[in-house]
Amino acid sequence: MTPNGSSFSRSVMPMNRDDSASHEASTASGEQTAPAAVSGPSVKIRARDINVFYGEKQALFDVAIDIPEKSVTSFIGPSGCGKSTFLRCMNRMNDTIPICRVTGAIEMDGEDVNDRSIDPVVLRARVGMVFQKPNPFPKSIYENVAYGPRIHGLATGKDELDAIVESSLRRAGLWDEVSDRLLQPGTGLSGGQQQRLVIARAIAVGPEVILMDEPCSALDPIATAKIEELIDELREQFCIVIVTHSMAQAARVSQRTAFFHMGRLVESGATDEIFTNPRDSRTQDYITGRFG
Amino acid sequence: MTEHTVKAYGDELNHLTAEVARMGGLAEAQVVDSIVCITRRDVNLAQNIIAHDDKLDQMQIDIERKAIKLIALRQPVAQDLRRTVAAMKISSNLERCGDLAKNIAKRALVVSEAEPMTPLTRSIERMGHLVTGRLKDVLDAYTSSNVTRAVGVWWRDEEVDEHYNSLFRELLTYMMADPRTITSCAHLLFVAKNLERIGDHATNIAEIIHFELTGEDMITHRPKHSDIES
Repeated sequence: MTPNGSSFSRSVMPMNRDDSASHEASTASGEQTAPAAVSGPSVKIRARDINVFYGEKQALFDVAIDIPEKSVTSFIGPSGCGKSTFLRCMNRMNDTIPICRVTGAIEMDGEDVNDRSIDPVVLRARVGMVFQKPNPFPKSIYENVAYGPRIHGLATGKDELDAIVESSLRRAGLWDEVSDRLLQPGTGLSGGQQQRLVIARAIAVGPEVILMDEPCSALDPIATAKIEELIDELREQFCIVIVTHSMAQAARVSQRTAFFHMGRLVESGATDEIFTNPRDSRTQDYITGRFG
Repeated sequence: MTEHTVKAYGDELNHLTAEVARMGGLAEAQVVDSIVCITRRDVNLAQNIIAHDDKLDQMQIDIERKAIKLIALRQPVAQDLRRTVAAMKISSNLERCGDLAKNIAKRALVVSEAEPMTPLTRSIERMGHLVTGRLKDVLDAYTSSNVTRAVGVWWRDEEVDEHYNSLFRELLTYMMADPRTITSCAHLLFVAKNLERIGDHATNIAEIIHFELTGEDMITHRPKHSDIES
């Protein structure tokens, strides 16, 4: 720890962080600072001034975040902090709730997802979603995966559809386990297999973004490890956003982490920074298990 | 600092810090005593120091095991992780301080057999006080989680280096004047070097405390005295 060199003057200063520009915390007053540009991969989703109301109750307050493409961003925070609500803004799932009102702008590749010209059905093909509980259709394994490409007209014939089904199941790491029983019901698979089946279903329509809302909370550790490995492989092609209650999972799978608390985005930044040196005391208290 | 929701976890962390503080107290005492053996030619005290070193080694192993267990069972993050790792690193620095104190005590046994060289041992004593003062301050900074105090210790490293330099020249003068003093002087030179190293460990500990408390590294542009080797 005693460096060489005789000409240096003595100084104490913090090391420059590589990504200090992309590590932002809200100010003490709770005001959101505008996120600085994400370094490295370019921004896939840019959200600004997002406020969400369920009737009179406001669920999200002025959320602003940049989500880079080809990487995993995790949302953490206590129950009811708004992380799932924000996730659902990104593919307009909140449209299905009559009393829900969203203000602000969410841009995907610079295009406002709430624009009137955007068809939510097409949007949801571009922004796939995986839920907490595996929800395969009550159909065969093959049909579960083939359904999306067929209704979106992505395949011209049986051969092409077969190819999409096989490649999707392969990318979801499920092909070797189900290739000999493609016509059996998807609901007959184990929980972990079902979750990989719905991931295969999501990627079969060629999405750009995959949203995952606690995808492993109903799975055992081995099935969880397989999903995490899959997430790590998928991030080479997709922008992945994952909501998780497991801090360890956020630390393992994501490159960036955003911490939500009481409807506000408290802090977001590189995952290793958030888990070694969070800026906001609320983040610190939450991730170290001191909340309350 | 808010309490941990899981109390046992918080207790384990506090316990780890307390162990390091206790080990620090013992290491500091060993260093203080080692200087006394040199200045007072106290052979019994020197033998005591040598015998006590095992205790420090054992404490270091103990702290390391506890920290590893805490990492395995609690998966600490953020400040808790920094605190756990800091405990491990500080304990290993303290263990080295203990080894150096033991080495000083061994040399005290040899030096005690030769003619007293009071001016030299006075210089060793002054340097020793400076070093033990820094060790004490850095351990206080640790127990009180006081980053300013830790940085203060870090800044004062130069004084120790200067002391070492002047002692080095003083010893050379003695050896050139009277070759019969070479054996003792050579031992005293090692004693001075050991003290200087203990000072470096205090600096290391200051840096570890700085990282533990702030999450930031200190960039250490420390001027080196190239004339030391001349």
